[in-house]
Amino acid sequence: MKKEKSIPGPVSKAGTIPTRMGTWSTAKPVLKGKCTFCLFCWVFCPEGAISQDEANRKVTFNFEDCKGCGICVRECPTKAIEMVEVEGGR
Amino acid sequence: MATEMSTRKFITANEAVAQAAKLARVDVVAAYPITPQTSIVEKIAKYIADGEMDADYLKVESEHSALTACMGVRMAGARAFTSTSSQGLEYMHEMLAYAAGGRYPLVLVNVCRSVALPWSIWGDQQDAIQQRDTGWIQIFTETGQEALDMVLQAYRIAEDHRVLLPVMVCLDSFIQSHTEELVEIPDQATVDSFLPRYDPVVTLDVDNPYSISVGGFGKHYAHWREEQQEAAEKAAGVIVEVGDEFGRIFGRHYRGLIEEYRCDGAEAVLFAMGAVTGTARDVVDEMRDEGKAVGLVKVRAFRPFPVELLRKVASQVKAAAVLDRDCSWGYEGALATDLKAALYGLSSPPAILNFIGGLAGADVPPERMKYMLDKALAAERGTTPHLEFIDR
Amino acid sequence: MKLKDIEKEEFYRASYGCAGCAAVLAVRLTIKVLGKNSVYVVPANCISTVSCYYPQAPFFVPFTVMAFAATASACSGISAGFKRRGREDIHVVGFSGDGGTADIGIQALSGAIDCGNKFIYICYDNEAYMNTGIQRSGLTPYGATTTTTPSPCFENRPKKDMLRIVAAHDIPYAATACSSYPLDYMEKVKKASQVNGPTYIHILTPCPTGWGFPPDETIEIGRMAVESGVWKLTEFENGEFRTTYTPKRSRPVSEYLAAQARFRHLSPEQVAAIQKEIDAARD
Repeated sequence: MKKEKSIPGPVSKAGTIPTRMGTWSTAKPVLKGKCTFCLFCWVFCPEGAISQDEANRKVTFNFEDCKGCGICVRECPTKAIEMVEVEGGR
Repeated sequence: MATEMSTRKFITANEAVAQAAKLARVDVVAAYPITPQTSIVEKIAKYIADGEMDADYLKVESEHSALTACMGVRMAGARAFTSTSSQGLEYMHEMLAYAAGGRYPLVLVNVCRSVALPWSIWGDQQDAIQQRDTGWIQIFTETGQEALDMVLQAYRIAEDHRVLLPVMVCLDSFIQSHTEELVEIPDQATVDSFLPRYDPVVTLDVDNPYSISVGGFGKHYAHWREEQQEAAEKAAGVIVEVGDEFGRIFGRHYRGLIEEYRCDGAEAVLFAMGAVTGTARDVVDEMRDEGKAVGLVKVRAFRPFPVELLRKVASQVKAAAVLDRDCSWGYEGALATDLKAALYGLSSPPAILNFIGGLAGADVPPERMKYMLDKALAAERGTTPHLEFIDR
Repeated sequence: MKLKDIEKEEFYRASYGCAGCAAVLAVRLTIKVLGKNSVYVVPANCISTVSCYYPQAPFFVPFTVMAFAATASACSGISAGFKRRGREDIHVVGFSGDGGTADIGIQALSGAIDCGNKFIYICYDNEAYMNTGIQRSGLTPYGATTTTTPSPCFENRPKKDMLRIVAAHDIPYAATACSSYPLDYMEKVKKASQVNGPTYIHILTPCPTGWGFPPDETIEIGRMAVESGVWKLTEFENGEFRTTYTPKRSRPVSEYLAAQARFRHLSPEQVAAIQKEIDAARD
C-alpha cells in the first residue's frame, strides 16, 4: 500500500482523486446553441466540471468530473445546453 | 541532586502540575472545571493573568470541547494542555479514542476520582481505568513531585516521532491533589534543554496541505490500527529512555514502567498504582522487619502494559496481592485481570488475590495492606481466584 | 462581486457526493472565496463522508474530519493554535450539517462563539440527517416526512431559528444564505472572513436525494424556497437583522411543496396553513 512519507495515522495528501466521478453519469451536457458566456452554468455546477474558454467566449465541459446532474441545462438562460445520453449507457 | 536554579516549595500535586504546564511552555490551555482538578486550572489561569505564563486560556463549555480544542491546537502546530477528573473524563470519552487513533500527541492530567453513580467527589481510579482501551498511554503517579516530573516527560513521550500518542498522567484525588508536600520545581532553562519546542509531523499547513484524521476501509484501516499498536508498544521503550534522560538531567530517577520495592526473595508481593504505594512501602518495611518476605510493585504505566516486567517479578513469587481502586463490574479489578493475562503460560503461576479497595476516597490503612499481604503469604500457588472488597 | 470575478481555480473536486448536491456546491463556492489560505473542519456529515476515505482527498486545501459534536470546538482550538503561531491570517472554517449544528453540535457552537476566537462556522442545511439516510433533525421543517417522521405522520415542529440563536450570543456577524444565490452567499463568506471573531453562515442546500426531486432542479428548488418566503436571505451585524435579498417575484408555497416528495402527503388545508404562517411572518 502506498503511504505518504512517514506520517503515521489516518492522513492523506490533499487533492488526491483516485476515482473520476464522470463514470457515474448516464448523460452528458453538450453545447448545442449559442453560449452567451453568462457563467450561470459554471457557477452552479457542484462539481466544478465546467471551464471558461475565455478566448472563444464559451464554456466547456470536463466529462471526467461531470456526474450528469443536468443543473447546467436547467439553469442556462438561453437553453443552449442539452443532455445527451452516454453511448451504451453506464 | 537539584539543578542549580531549581526551587523547593511546599505545594499540592495540583500546583505542581500547573507549574509543569508552565514549564512545558504550553501554548494553549483548554479546560473545564471539575472537583478535584479545579485548582490546577485555577493556578494556570492565575499564572497567565499575572503574566508569569505565556499561554492562552480557552474558556470552553465542556470537557468534550476541551479535548477537541486541544486537538485543534495540535493541528495548528502548537502545544496544548488539559486536565480533568471523573465525569469530565467520561464526558471526553469519544474524543479520547479519537485523539489516540488520530495520533495526536496530547498531554492530559487526570486527577483520579470515582465515577457516578453513586455520587462521590472522592478518589479512586475508576475514571481512568474506564478509559483503558481508548489508546492513551496511562501513567499513574505517587507524589506531587512525580506528577510534575511526569507531565514534563509526558510531552517528550507523546511528541516523540516513534510514539505520537496522547499521554494521560494520573494522580490521586486529595491524597495528592490537595495535599502539600515539598516539591522541587526545576528552572525554565533546564526544562527547555530537556523539552525542546514541538516538532509536529503533520499540521493543517496551507503550504503543504493534507487531509488529516480521515477514514479508511479494509487494509487501510487495519494498517493504521496496527501502526497504532506498534506505536503503543514502542512507547514502553520511550518511557524508559525519557525517564533515564530526565534522571540524568534533574537527578530524580523514575525506574520505567514499574518500580519494584524489596521484591528480591519475596514470597508475596503487593501490586498497586498511585499514591497508595507510598504507604505500601512502609508496610513492606515493617513486615520485612517482622521477618516476612514481602515486596511491592508500583505499576507506573498501565498502558502500555508492562507484560514482560510483571511476568518476571510475578514468576518469582508464590502469591500476588493486587489492590485495585477500580472494578470491571461483573468480573474483577482491571489490574488483576491484566496481571493474570500477562502471566498466562507460566508453568507455576502465583496465586492472585484481588482486593478492591480505596473506593471513593476510602483510606487503605497499613493494617489493611498487612491483611492483604498476610493473606497472600498464606495462599498456595494455583489457588482459586480470590476477589474481596476491603473497604467495609 | 460579479460571476466573472470569481476565482476560476477549483479546490474541491471529485467528491463522492450525489449528482446535483447543493452542499458540494456550497463547499466549492466557499473555498473559491477564501482561497488556499483556509483550513476546513468537517464533522460527521455528508461532506466528510464523501470526502474522507483514504486515499481519496477531494479538498485541495487542509481538511480534517471531526467528531459529530466537535466542529466549533475544533475550530476554536485551531484558531487559538494559529494565533499562538502568528498565523491569524489563515481562515479556519467549520462546515457542519443541520443536525451537526442545531442538534448534537449546538453546545460546542455556543461555547465556541462565547469563547470568541476567530473562525467561520458554516451550517449547510439540507433539513435532515441525509448522510445516515434522511432522519429528521432540529432543522427539518414542519410538514416534511423523513425516515423517522414517516407518512402518514410528519415533522410536527418548526425549524429551530439558528440565526436568532447565534445572534443571541452577540456574535459579531451571522447570515443566512441559499446555494441558489451564489453571489449573495460568497459576499457573506467574504464579509465573515474579515471579522476578527466568530462568525456564522447558515446556507440552505436543497438535497435531491432527501427531499425527493430530480438532481437538475437543485438550484430551482432553492430559488422557490426564497421566492415563496420559506427561506430568507438575511444578515445579523451590529445587533441588527437586515434582509440582503428581496425576491423580485413572490410564489405560492404550494409550488415549492409540490415539487418535493417529502411534502407530497400534505392536504390542501395543511398547505394553506403553511401559506398562512409564511404570510403572517412576512407582515
